[in-house]
Amino acid sequence: MKEMVCIVCPRGCHLTVDDNMNVTGNSCPRGAKYAISELTHPTRMVTSTVRISNRDNMVASVKTSEAIDKSKMFDVIKAVNKMSVKAPCHVGDILIKNIFDTGVDILITKDVE
Amino acid sequence: MKQVDLVIIGGGSAGMAAAIQAYDEGIRDILILEKDARLGGILNQCIHNGFGLTEFKEELSGPEYLQRFVDQVKERGIKFKLQSFVLNITKDKVITYSNAEEGVVEIQAKAIVMATGCYERSAGAIQIPGDRPKGVITAGTAQKYLNINGYLVGKRVVILGSGDIGLIMARRMTLEGAKVLCVCELMPYSNGLQRNIAQCLNDFNIPLYLSHSISKIVGKEKLEKVVVSQVDEKFQFIPGTEMEFECDTLMLSIGLIPYVSLLNNIDCPTSSTRGAIVYDNMETMIDGIFACGNCLHVHDVVDFVTIEGRNAGHGAAQYIKEKEEHGSLKIEVDPNLAYVVPQFVRTPVKEDLTLKFRVRKEIRDKKVVVRHKDEVVFSQVKLVMIPSEMVILTIKKEKLQDITEPLKVSVEDR
Ligand SMILES: Cc1cc2nc3c(=O)[nH]c(=O)nc-3n(C[C@H](O)[C@H](O)[C@H](O)COP(=O)(O)OP(=O)(O)OC[C@H]3O[C@@H](n4cnc5c(N)ncnc54)[C@H](O)[C@@H]3O)c2cc1C
Ligand code: SF4
Repeated sequence: MKEMVCIVCPRGCHLTVDDNMNVTGNSCPRGAKYAISELTHPTRMVTSTVRISNRDNMVASVKTSEAIDKSKMFDVIKAVNKMSVKAPCHVGDILIKNIFDTGVDILITKDVE
Repeated sequence: MKQVDLVIIGGGSAGMAAAIQAYDEGIRDILILEKDARLGGILNQCIHNGFGLTEFKEELSGPEYLQRFVDQVKERGIKFKLQSFVLNITKDKVITYSNAEEGVVEIQAKAIVMATGCYERSAGAIQIPGDRPKGVITAGTAQKYLNINGYLVGKRVVILGSGDIGLIMARRMTLEGAKVLCVCELMPYSNGLQRNIAQCLNDFNIPLYLSHSISKIVGKEKLEKVVVSQVDEKFQFIPGTEMEFECDTLMLSIGLIPYVSLLNNIDCPTSSTRGAIVYDNMETMIDGIFACGNCLHVHDVVDFVTIEGRNAGHGAAQYIKEKEEHGSLKIEVDPNLAYVVPQFVRTPVKEDLTLKFRVRKEIRDKKVVVRHKDEVVFSQVKLVMIPSEMVILTIKKEKLQDITEPLKVSVEDR
């Protein structure tokens, strides 16, 4: 038996997973999916910021296009901190394609004119 | 004096939603006044994920969420002025604002929507014993420095208060290389969402000390250390429980307060939320002045701010088109509830009534009941209600056709 809080949405259901991987306590199917993935292969969305080479005092926000291996969170931040973008940039622009060969991209999430 | 149909004060999520709704209902002469250099308000600094599940059925970061509304404002050609600070409003709806280009300007509006957001409680608001060195900062200010300007405020951090902004900053600063030593919370429960405790603290093994607070701040010029102590039921420090943490930053996440000084100037009645008292169309007790978003009551989910903003925009549009006389009845709450918004419903009731409230403490396995006299007009079972999550319910207008007495909201056994 394992207990955990579902982090998929702000509701935060308390989930229980038994030894046969049956999930209870979830209010929607996404909770069951989360519990299984958390026990087999935990992943997280990572958000951060990247320098803008032609702007002072301002950074642009970024995110992973999908949840990425939890163990790679710090590496993602390090990789992003080595980069910079040039304004103008827009929501959805790709900063890093296929980071660490995971199939996940790093996307810009802010419009800077 | 220049005349404008609808002036919206504050260009955050609430203000933009109100403007878009009023435009879509036929109001064309709209002006949004925003003191910052961008539209979007507080969401500009909330770069984390988790916005938009209700509104767009997908999870967006704050800047992505706000950009969708900025695009809608621009598509409609709704006018907005940035770096324009509203200094004063009058009961007759004269607005004084100032900006670098025009200086100080007065305009006359037919209706006003207040959407000025909230501010953070600061160190001055609570009495922490000890020195007053540099290095004590609110979580929202630290968030702005890091996520907008790119500066990490410290390397060794203690967080006071378990509000969501503090939790989110604990993760963010940890990922950027700071060491977050602990979060301490005065209450025996956390004020943050469960998911944020899981993904922001537990993921990084950051301890959360409930029923703990800062018993001393030490540092001459700069912060050197804080002492954390356990508190008893009366919130008094328990001697012998002291823990010392050497740190350069004490970050406060101890609550948000609606920003209503403009309304206070015109003696607009306010409620226990500190926001204005409103009717179900978000009109305050001052004719033609509406309020929505965090300046009315602090929201945890932006999607609900957007919905409330639309409601205010709808109310203002109707008011401008055709002012209607109406009666009103109070909405009363039992002591389990901290507050309810709106506090009044207009009669006769023409639209479904949405009520929002928070409970004072955790309540499990009860039902929420709304009564008119002895008749139950709404009832819903709630497995859990906690203070950090707003409860929202909608009563069908058909149930409210012949009401003559105040509505009463209560929490009862199932
Ligand atoms: C730090 C923080 C983190 C949050 N994190 C989350 C989250 O993770 N998920 C979630 O769903 N929700 C979150 N929320 C809640 C939600 O995002 C906010 O409740 C929502 O964005 C508030 O919108 P608003 O328009 O009411 O206020 P704001 O966005 O604060 O907008 C108010 C605007 O009014 C302007 N203004 C104020 N006074 C004046 C004046 N006198 N003249 C001109 N302009 C003025 C301000 O500059 C500002 O732009 C968070 C809130 C805060 C404060
Ligand atoms: S189980 Fe579903 S409703 Fe519950 S927190 Fe997870 S995603 Fe949200």
